[in-house]
Amino acid sequence: MNTAVLITILATSVAAGAPVIYATVGEIFAERSGILNLGVEGMMLMGAVTGFIVAVKTGNPWAGVMAGMLAGGLLSLIHAFLTITLHADQVVSGLALTIFGAGLSSFVGQNYVGVQGPQFAPIHIPVLTDLPVLGPLLFNYDVLVYLSILLVPLAAYFIHHTRPGLHLRAVGEDPTTADVMGVSVARTRYIYTFVGGLLAGLGGAALSLAYTPGWTEGMSGGRGWIAIALVIFAFWEPWRAMVGAYLFGGVQALQFNLQAVGITIPTYYLNMLPYLFTILVLVFATGERMKRHLGAPAALGIPYIRGER
Amino acid sequence: MNQPSFSERLPRISFERRLTAPWWLAWVIPIASVTLALLTGALIIASQGVNPWEAYKAMFMGAFGSGFGMAETLVKAIPLMLAGLGVSIAFRMKLWNIGAEGQLWMGAWAAAGVGLYLYPAWHLPPWLAITLMMLAAMLAGGLWGAIPGLLKGVLQVNEIITSLMLNYVAISWVLYFVDILWRDPGGLGFPNTALLDRAIWLPKLTWIPFLPPGNRVHFGLIIAIVAAVILWFLLNRTKWGYEVRVIGENPEAARHAGMPIVRNIILVMIVSGALAGLAGMAEMSGVAHRLQRGLSPGYGYTAIIVAWLAKLNPFGVLLVAVLFGGLLVAGDQIQLTMNLPRSISDILQGLILFFVLGGEIFSRYRIRIR
Repeated sequence: MNTAVLITILATSVAAGAPVIYATVGEIFAERSGILNLGVEGMMLMGAVTGFIVAVKTGNPWAGVMAGMLAGGLLSLIHAFLTITLHADQVVSGLALTIFGAGLSSFVGQNYVGVQGPQFAPIHIPVLTDLPVLGPLLFNYDVLVYLSILLVPLAAYFIHHTRPGLHLRAVGEDPTTADVMGVSVARTRYIYTFVGGLLAGLGGAALSLAYTPGWTEGMSGGRGWIAIALVIFAFWEPWRAMVGAYLFGGVQALQFNLQAVGITIPTYYLNMLPYLFTILVLVFATGERMKRHLGAPAALGIPYIRGER
Repeated sequence: MNQPSFSERLPRISFERRLTAPWWLAWVIPIASVTLALLTGALIIASQGVNPWEAYKAMFMGAFGSGFGMAETLVKAIPLMLAGLGVSIAFRMKLWNIGAEGQLWMGAWAAAGVGLYLYPAWHLPPWLAITLMMLAAMLAGGLWGAIPGLLKGVLQVNEIITSLMLNYVAISWVLYFVDILWRDPGGLGFPNTALLDRAIWLPKLTWIPFLPPGNRVHFGLIIAIVAAVILWFLLNRTKWGYEVRVIGENPEAARHAGMPIVRNIILVMIVSGALAGLAGMAEMSGVAHRLQRGLSPGYGYTAIIVAWLAKLNPFGVLLVAVLFGGLLVAGDQIQLTMNLPRSISDILQGLILFFVLGGEIFSRYRIRIR
């Protein structure tokens, strides 16, 4: 394998990983507060279509990013209301969110399939981008990729080293105690479910405005579900989520570049790779969790009703 | 933290668990939920500049307003019934099998293989070929369901994600056959296999009264009804069914009673997948008569909603499947006549689920606002 192909594969991994990082870190926030949201796929699709439409209408991709985040956030509030206020089953509510989001995105996006719109192009940084090897590897991405890299340490710091981060973890691990200490369980869960929605929407917008510009029905292609798997792989830690997202990106990059290396496998098999990879990663992570007794947030998926256990 | 918390500044809503619910709640809540879902859907339809009342009228008339519409509704209900039954038994054990879509595709694929290749090669009598197609579909769907079952039972891997990931793998696998390996060279460029021999199509149920001649309702309906009866019997009248229910409702008690949990997880996933596979066979042999792209417009996903709304009751699944079959027909109908995208039926599916889910709390809790 020559260097050029290797660089392409590595760079594509990082670019393909960015939307997944957003969605995964978002789901980490929601699950850390005790809310399992299986609607990530639906929120990503709504983020992608809303982001794209607003970017086309305004000609401004940043307006698209904002709108995409808002769309994801608003959808997550449905899930929050049903599961936090009405104590509905989190699995079913999340599935409903995915079905609803997928349907609504194809409904509002019907006239935008194949439309050309504004997009985030890779930023050319003088001197740095032109460096051999390092240039294409480190300095040739669009702004949303850099932001996704920035998000990871920020999220990790927030969760482990700030007071609100402590409250977030407390609510997810032991809501009764958190409640007694004066942390509002419901408010905390609303906030972080919403944050999860914003980031899933951002992940969707990163797809339709940067990674694969344009809108096609179902364009997230299961990335929302892959994000949920990566949360488990990551043991609810942003840094490991980043590793997982780049591994996923690497599989995607391989999928696109195997032909270039002279390996011919029917595309139908190549298309299975990200999903088989996700299953494999999940099996591996579950095994390691059992061995090291690492747990999910203790209250994940359990509604909190004061005075009822 | 001395400041009053957010929740203390709001009117306090408290939940008191109901011991008994008034009898009328069981009727009022679902009706109110569906009504609210339709009203919300009306807003979305209106946003496209279409009169929602007209759209709903066209949808209802398209699905239930004529003999032909009713027949098409039943046709679409058949795979929903079979896949919904499959999903419901898994849900009984709190196994979230959301892989019915992939299991359905694998079933359709295996049945097509038998029908297209084994049947002519072995000169099988048609009845035997149809039986073999059903068995092959159940085997393929069952094995596809067994994968997440094994991973869950033996390694405790989350079955929601593995079963869903396998949907993408299954569809990719089947499309390889549709597009390339089994593609009909005489297909005029359309990616699909050759038609099955007419003798091994699932027979049409021409004897059903009130349905117009030439309708497409097929023997799969009988298969689905029989499957529901068998499933009901297994769940309610056998030791195995008792185990499944106990494991689902109280795994701790099941463990203490020494019930074989791991074996039942795998077994239930196999049964679940087999039923979804049968749905694929019925759709392939009864409706499409060949393997093709778009064979399932997401029956496996709709089946999840059907099973949930039917409260996992096999006969309830049959009934709810007819309503949702109608919704799918209605979606196709208004796409044709009113130029609204058919995804409106997915939106309504999601909305109905939201409102029913939200409405449930009123039957479980008495809510007081102070």
